[in-house]
Amino acid sequence: MTDFSPTPDQPAVAQNSLLTQSKRTIKRNSAEARFKAYGIAAIGIGLVMLLVLVTTIFGRGTGAFQQTFITVNVELLESKLDKNGERNIEDIKRVTTFGYAPLIKSAMQTAVADLGIETSLKSKHMAGLLSKNAVAQLRAYVLANPEKIGETIEFRFLAQSRVDGYLKGRVSRDSIENDKNISPEQLDLVDALVAAGVIEKTFNLDFITGADASDQRPEAAGMGVSMLGSFFMMLVVLALALPIGVAASIYLEEFAPKNWITDVIEVNIANLAAVPSIVYGILGLAVFINYMHLPMSAPLVGGLVLTLMTLPTIIISTRAALKAVPPSIRDAALGVGASKMQSVFHHVLPLAAPGILTGTIIGLAQALGETAPLLLIGMVGFIASNAPSTIGEGLLSPNSAMPAQIYEWAKRADPAFYERAWGGIIVLLIFLVTMNTVAVILRRRFERRW
Amino acid sequence: MNTMNMLDKNLDTKTTKIAARDVNVYYGDSHAIKDVNVEIDANTVTAFIGPSGCGKSTFLRCINRMNDTIDVCRVTGDILLDGEDIYDKRVDPVQLRARVGMVFQKPNPFPKSIYDNVAYGPRIHGLSRNKAELDEIVEKSLRRAAIWEEVKDRLHAPGTGLSGGQQQRLCIARAIATEPEVLLMDEPCSALDPIATAQVEELIDELRANYSVVIVTHSMQQAARVSQKTAFFHLGNLVEFGPTGQIFTNPDDPRTESYITGRIG
Amino acid sequence: MKPPWAATPKSPQHIAIGWGGSSAPVVFLDQIQPVFFAAVTPELLMPLFWLVVVLLALTALGFWFGRRRALASAQGNPRHLHSLPVYYGANVAMSIAIPALLTLMVWLLAQPLLIENRVSGLIPQELIPESTSVGLVMSDVRRLAEGLDEAVLQNVMTQQEARSLDASTSDVRALLGSVGVALGSEVRPEVLEAAQQYRQLSRTGGNAMTLVCLLLAVVGFGLSIRRTHKDFRARNVVERGVLALLILAASLAILTTIGIVLSMLFETVNFFGLHAWTDFFFGSTWAPNFRGDSELSILPLLWGTLYISAIALLVAVPVGLFAAIYLSEYASPAVRSFAKPLLEILAGIPTIVYGLFALLTVGPLLLKLFGQGDNGILGLSWMTGATSVLTAGVVMGIMLIPFVSSLSDDIINAVPQSLRDGSLGLGATPSETIRQVVLPAALPGIVGAILLAASRAIGETMIVVMGAGAIAKFSANPFESMTTITTRVVSQLTGDTDFASPETLVAFALGLSLFVLTLGLNVLALYIVRKYREQYD
Repeated sequence: MTDFSPTPDQPAVAQNSLLTQSKRTIKRNSAEARFKAYGIAAIGIGLVMLLVLVTTIFGRGTGAFQQTFITVNVELLESKLDKNGERNIEDIKRVTTFGYAPLIKSAMQTAVADLGIETSLKSKHMAGLLSKNAVAQLRAYVLANPEKIGETIEFRFLAQSRVDGYLKGRVSRDSIENDKNISPEQLDLVDALVAAGVIEKTFNLDFITGADASDQRPEAAGMGVSMLGSFFMMLVVLALALPIGVAASIYLEEFAPKNWITDVIEVNIANLAAVPSIVYGILGLAVFINYMHLPMSAPLVGGLVLTLMTLPTIIISTRAALKAVPPSIRDAALGVGASKMQSVFHHVLPLAAPGILTGTIIGLAQALGETAPLLLIGMVGFIASNAPSTIGEGLLSPNSAMPAQIYEWAKRADPAFYERAWGGIIVLLIFLVTMNTVAVILRRRFERRW
Repeated sequence: MNTMNMLDKNLDTKTTKIAARDVNVYYGDSHAIKDVNVEIDANTVTAFIGPSGCGKSTFLRCINRMNDTIDVCRVTGDILLDGEDIYDKRVDPVQLRARVGMVFQKPNPFPKSIYDNVAYGPRIHGLSRNKAELDEIVEKSLRRAAIWEEVKDRLHAPGTGLSGGQQQRLCIARAIATEPEVLLMDEPCSALDPIATAQVEELIDELRANYSVVIVTHSMQQAARVSQKTAFFHLGNLVEFGPTGQIFTNPDDPRTESYITGRIG
Repeated sequence: MKPPWAATPKSPQHIAIGWGGSSAPVVFLDQIQPVFFAAVTPELLMPLFWLVVVLLALTALGFWFGRRRALASAQGNPRHLHSLPVYYGANVAMSIAIPALLTLMVWLLAQPLLIENRVSGLIPQELIPESTSVGLVMSDVRRLAEGLDEAVLQNVMTQQEARSLDASTSDVRALLGSVGVALGSEVRPEVLEAAQQYRQLSRTGGNAMTLVCLLLAVVGFGLSIRRTHKDFRARNVVERGVLALLILAASLAILTTIGIVLSMLFETVNFFGLHAWTDFFFGSTWAPNFRGDSELSILPLLWGTLYISAIALLVAVPVGLFAAIYLSEYASPAVRSFAKPLLEILAGIPTIVYGLFALLTVGPLLLKLFGQGDNGILGLSWMTGATSVLTAGVVMGIMLIPFVSSLSDDIINAVPQSLRDGSLGLGATPSETIRQVVLPAALPGIVGAILLAASRAIGETMIVVMGAGAIAKFSANPFESMTTITTRVVSQLTGDTDFASPETLVAFALGLSLFVLTLGLNVLALYIVRKYREQYD
């Protein structure tokens, strides 16, 4: 210690050594630690929620990418399918799917008997392990290959959703007590067939590329057609929102005089960005469908609605990108005799392009995941069963969209559809993550520091 | 006080308040302060002068460990306050800063009332037992900062509404309300007009009676006017340290002379 | 009679009740019959498509021609031209395309309105049933007209037959049914006549539109080509045109707002014509009755909306705010660069995902915790179904965490460092600095951020549609199902009711109220945040 002696004015704390913490300091420091802990806890809660969400999605959704199939040999009996034996396609077409059911029943019976499996089930219940889709699949095959009638062909049918659920652990012997769709005996048979390799679970490409199915056949439902619906909507959004958004931003940022009209437009855009998406749905319903009579459920209408919704986002990010280009660039262009318009289009716009692109991709990602407005313009509530064949059809014929399809599945009663919904979310998230990654890479790659 | 009569200044019987030994400061890879040794006396105004970026502000911020708030900053060596190493692991910077107050370059009153600005320190450090005591501290601090007369009628008006010079004196009042032993001032007049500067300088001289004041300044005239001792920093080195009169009239080091006469800086 | 958008066969009310029961699966009616969508086929839009193609081709030709003519007038030396050759081409192209395409757009928007007015005059007053409006009959007329178009298209009848079809002699309903257009009821002669008139006018209008657009294009072509000469200041003209287009794009934002307001205002006025506004604003019950005589008050819905939003904010504000404080004041750059983007992922997840999460994960979990009596985890029976205020509120809160945290983060970072230095320099701990200096300084901005979050919560749809339930009531019990404005908008507009009934139209009044409410919050919040930022700029 030095020989420093405190003056009468010296405060109480000064008498204490720095090396020992006063009681008050200890108290204050523990308050500090508590406060910091709250912060860490808050971050922790956020991250845990993210983790829970992601694990839930993947835990419940990955099942959708696998599907249970049953492989059996079906004898295409001529007596059932083509009584005249003339192979006349019109005659064959006259046989409805009901006519095919006996073939499948006997095929299952033969398969079970050949494997030497003991069961008390009737052939009807054996065939019940197959999806209701199986008869349609069989009929489609026969119509395409009428010459095969009379032969025995190996088919790979979808198993019905309860069997699929049993293999995936979703359905257990306890859970089916009151289930009319499946019985414990049938599950015994499933166990035996699995052991024999007749039933197996494999990767299910149809979930990604296929069409939705009615609510009796969750095992056959796929995302493919609604993915196309989303694709066409995004096409419309990109084709409209990007040029209009960039044009509006250029005007507001580069040409607009500072007056009240410009102010009104700016405040308007800021507020439009925060208008609830469902309001855009009401607008779309009232204007595009009710007034302009554009077709219901068409991706064109969905795209128009989403365009209006995305525009403010794109305008805001484009303006930020334009603002980031330093005035010296504009001065340089004007200095060599370019017109204002030329300086903007030749110099400012190309320099702002990466930023504009990033904003556009983020806006598109937002539009891709949006559901609420699609509810009102009828993109939910029917089965998108046929893929469009031309661009015009893709834009105008009714379709669903990925998020709408997920909502549709979530509404259905059969829990097998829930797995589909989670799986659909995985597909949707893969798109969103890809788009956002591209945006981030673009930003990193082309980011300029002026 | 504005005359250049520094030779008359009373320099005897002073005790060492702060002692720095071999202090080095690094900002990431750059070496900002190199082997600085200095002893700062109690009840003295010590001025740090030097060209921009010479490290004088950095060194000042080491004395109450404000550099701790900068992630990349690293300090080695010892700084002793009354013989205790302030960089000792056991030292709580919060307790240290209560004893070593600081006034910043730009007046930075909190967006609160004048009263709350001054009462902030005493409140967090628990220096008053009741409202009356707090009132007393506030008044005393404002009086010492020579701003009481100007604000006594509007203690509950926002501190941000004052003029620049008043704001800076309010910040000084705020700093002395916690009864520190040392007052660090980082270019306290650089954002002020000449009249406000004169008022603050006058105040600094009065504060010397109770505190040890360390002031960083850009202006050599200011250093000459207010300080008894001056330290000249150049490129992170402490070039010369001594009585203000000697530094300004008869410097030992040629670099000091060059700076004083305006050849570098 | 269904309006064309009454597409979903079941009203979501039934759906929501099904969810409420969680364990009991609900059997939905079979999916929507695609016949509804056959009404407007892509083929009907083909003439329009070809018109646009012709106009674009003309534009391209004009560009090439204009450019060539300009060069020719300068004897092939571009240096003698006032502007670059492309500008001459662009001038011609713009003169062709812009007037024609703008006319086309305006025409397309205006024609239905004019025809509607003309045709609705043909419908005798006595034909309009009690308590509906002329709009309902008009939708019959439109549907019939579309059906006739479809029939002609499918070669079921000739154009001539369609024009002279008589309701008293032939079964129009069966005829149209055979081409896939389902009509709700028998066709009355007046309606058929109106529909034929409607078709007639549409055809005439369409032909006139094609003619006018082509004429404008040709005139534009001719005039601009005549002006194309080496001394013509093409660049200035083109740039003025481009500027006009830019202004047009910018004013689209205003048009959207006007569109939103008008589209909802019209129907809201219709609604108040059918239903007492006092009941809507001051009633106490929401009980749509599809046979009429409904009680449609916004108040129970508003209560549900605000209650759920309040719970969401109760979750999101403390967590989001503390996360923002930690990230901006304590976290090292490494932690920040890792935690911030991860948190923001939560904001990028579509709301449908949160809806599913509420419906299938959080709801059942809460039910297990607070419901199911002795079978539940806590042995409580406070909750009877998975959908509840709490379910929707908690999930919405999770969704809003990153929204609150990134807005607050920006705002806290805008507080000048000098204030922090000042406080730390006096010996305050970081937490004292934050609580007593930084947060009070950032308060207006944070209030703005919370208001924006509140507006988000109020307008959120998917989470409440899937997680909140369908029962409109005033109750303070967070474990009960409740419904919100947005869920009712969805259910009223996708339900089974007539479009012209108050039960459907109320959705527009609800939408408008929602719009006004969120707009008010946004304007206030943006104003506060703007003022706040100016303070520290």
